[in-house]
Amino acid sequence: MLTIATGNKAVATAVRDAKPKVVAAYPITPQTEIVENIADFVSSKELDSRYIPVESEHSSMAACMGSSIAGVRTFTATSSHGLVYMCEMLHMVAGARLPIVMANANRALGPGWNVWAEQSDSLSMRDSGWLQVYVSTVQEAYDATLMAFRIAEDNDVLLPVMVNLDGFLLTHIMQGFETVNPEDFIPEIDLPHRIDVDNPGGYGTLTPPNEHFKFRWDIERALRDSVRVIEETESEFEKRFGRKYGMTEDYRTEDAEVIIVAMGTLGKEMEVAVDNLREEGIKAGSVRIRWFRPFPDLKSRLEGRDVVVIDRDYSFGFGGIVANEIRAKCNVKPYSVIAGLGGQEVTYDDIAGFVRDRKTDSEFWFGVNE
Amino acid sequence: MYEIRLHSRGGQGGVTAAKLLAHAAFLDGKNATAAPFYGAERRGAPVVSFIRIDDRPIKIYSQIRKPDLVIVLDMGVMDTVNVLDGLKEGGSILINSPNPAEFEGYKTYNVDLTNIALSLDLIVSGSPILNTPLLGALAKMGFVSRESARTAIKEAFKDERNAEAAMKAYEEMKI
Repeated sequence: MLTIATGNKAVATAVRDAKPKVVAAYPITPQTEIVENIADFVSSKELDSRYIPVESEHSSMAACMGSSIAGVRTFTATSSHGLVYMCEMLHMVAGARLPIVMANANRALGPGWNVWAEQSDSLSMRDSGWLQVYVSTVQEAYDATLMAFRIAEDNDVLLPVMVNLDGFLLTHIMQGFETVNPEDFIPEIDLPHRIDVDNPGGYGTLTPPNEHFKFRWDIERALRDSVRVIEETESEFEKRFGRKYGMTEDYRTEDAEVIIVAMGTLGKEMEVAVDNLREEGIKAGSVRIRWFRPFPDLKSRLEGRDVVVIDRDYSFGFGGIVANEIRAKCNVKPYSVIAGLGGQEVTYDDIAGFVRDRKTDSEFWFGVNE
Repeated sequence: MYEIRLHSRGGQGGVTAAKLLAHAAFLDGKNATAAPFYGAERRGAPVVSFIRIDDRPIKIYSQIRKPDLVIVLDMGVMDTVNVLDGLKEGGSILINSPNPAEFEGYKTYNVDLTNIALSLDLIVSGSPILNTPLLGALAKMGFVSRESARTAIKEAFKDERNAEAAMKAYEEMKI
């Protein structure tokens, strides 16, 4: 069905269509509309699910852990302070190999108090073992949420997936989007280590030094395998529903001399900058990173070219987080732009300016004059 | 691409107006986005919403700098907000007012949305509903079809008076 809705409503609609059995959530700006809509779907019986209101985000992820370990499909949503409040539980569910899907509305962390878009919240959770995807349109928010269940629950992955969308910029914008009937696109969940009262087992028991690393290696192996599962899932999605996705979204990269890299809504707006730069005679292209964990192989698209990375986040004392990952994985010396923190306004004209003024191997904080 | 900036006060329904307009344009087969700017909202504070309508997919999330049309639901905001800021040369202004106004260099339209709402007793929490009659005025100006305006309103509100208000604005609006 073709309709128009906000990013939040699209995520909630995808959850309705993926039919989780349990949703445990705590509201927080700017994702509240997600869990409100899901609560509506549950109360109107459009979604046959148990909705558990809880007293905090730590509790919401704990409740999700309990439901997921029983082998049922589980969803929650959060943002910013809610996400970091559940930090301990994020590591717990990844370590317990539970395929929970969570939407995170990317929002700055305070103080100063700020409810607007920034990706520092989810990026600070990058080492928790969660898969992370960053979306850029209302349609993609719907599609990625739906696919997240299939990817998480694949027995070669069995890890939680976080779907990230920019607070307000995407959570609250209205755009057209099309729902699908997933039918068997998402198979029945079959958690091999679910609690089985006929075969009792120990969960989270003491794991000594000669065993612990094996579980960590197993998570890493699953994350490496997840690239194949993601690609298969996206290819099957395209076959059934006609929309194509990948680890990245590349725009006019073939003959590009300078590539802009960003995630989320800036990663879509930069395509307008690319078009405008090309009209000026600057051969620009863009690579929007969709999957941040597992991290995509960008060498063939970035090496040998000028690279401008826009980070809506920062790792204090080191650098822009996306730029850091690219420096570590590719032989490039990017122009690292820190822009859009806490919802700072960044336009396609600003992005074109970053490209025109680029200085290899240096960092620029947009709006800071020093 | 056609870019519209809508000025209102918190509680007047400006954000819903933007959503209704985008929905109606979408029903007409256009690409449309409605993006309210969320600041520190409270009732009565000036708020602004952005609507883009285009035949091609819209990739822009930043605020509208050079609108083709500015809508002012509450002329009182003009005391503190320069609603003409960035308005394109020869652009249009639509004001909620019984009286025509002059803005040099711009095409000005007026319609008395407040009175239309009051005449139908379309009042919520003490405030007249301005967004549904506004959609009728915008249909008259040709931004959306009358039918799509009606459908968008009916999908959003059960109360029949909303669609009625839109049609009344359509009839009353002079262009």
